[in-house]
Amino acid sequence: MSEIADKVKKIVVEHLGVEESKVTPEASFIDDLGADSLDTVELVMAFEEAFSVEIPEDAAEKIATVKDAIDYIEKQKAA
Amino acid sequence: MFRLDGKIALVTGASGGIGAAIARTLHGQGATVILSGTRQAVLDSVAAQIAPDGARAHVCPADLSDPAAADALVAAAEAAAGAPLDILVNNAGLTRDGLAIRMKDEDWNRVMEVDLAAPFRLCRAALKGMLRRRAGRIVSIASIVGITGNAGQANYSAAKAGMIGMSKSLAQEAGARGVTVNVVAPGFVQTAMTDVLAEAQREKLLAGIPLGRMGQPDDIAAAVAYLVSNEAGWITGTTLNVNGGMAMP
Repeated sequence: MSEIADKVKKIVVEHLGVEESKVTPEASFIDDLGADSLDTVELVMAFEEAFSVEIPEDAAEKIATVKDAIDYIEKQKAA
Repeated sequence: MFRLDGKIALVTGASGGIGAAIARTLHGQGATVILSGTRQAVLDSVAAQIAPDGARAHVCPADLSDPAAADALVAAAEAAAGAPLDILVNNAGLTRDGLAIRMKDEDWNRVMEVDLAAPFRLCRAALKGMLRRRAGRIVSIASIVGITGNAGQANYSAAKAGMIGMSKSLAQEAGARGVTVNVVAPGFVQTAMTDVLAEAQREKLLAGIPLGRMGQPDDIAAAVAYLVSNEAGWITGTTLNVNGGMAMP
């Protein structure tokens, strides 16, 4: 697993207070990890801060799963 | 009841009559207060009156007409207190009165900027931490004219009505995290802002107040102290009218 993936996972565990084993790439923040809409906004803000990236609103809306977040951040970092 | 021991409270416009009373009251209830405003010397003297020994009182000047200053103030207040913010009191405000047909854009814009945009920016900055910590209290000081309107105050009454609507929205957004957002709408309070009224105007206003007197800054401060207390934890999105009965919306 990449460094980015590890860090994303850690943020999700910390923020949503879920068990690490549940934070699989396919896990949906809302459907599987019990996040509400405010949690997803806070997660995006936490990612922005942790990775020094800006995630615009239309991109943030598409980040539904752990993998979505990792992919988006990896793409930004590679660019 | 209503103790605020250990709480960190930022009060904007703390150099004014109502703001100073709010800061003094919250400090008296045990809170650490951060006094903000544009006039450093006045803030220093208010802080010295509130806490002669300097304990639990800090001064963080800011000019809220500068968008960056509003964003930076929450961080500066937390740095001064050495702890995250529990309470935000949006009290700073100004008036640029005039009949609408003669009101200049700059008078409209300045009131919107300082009385509505700056409180929004402060709420936004404070909410980030409050939501994360799952606790917090925001009280914004609006005005009776935000509900009733007032000839000569199209800008001020629009900004204060806006503050009420904004607070209801924020209350809905923040409720799931235990953060409450409320408004206190003062009526006719004796301050520098109302001292400029002519005697005839004053008498006419007094005739419309069932409780028969002008408000004192402490009347407003007591309402704020209640809304920021733990005991008011099931009140959010409301506007508490503190006006001697002048309007009963």
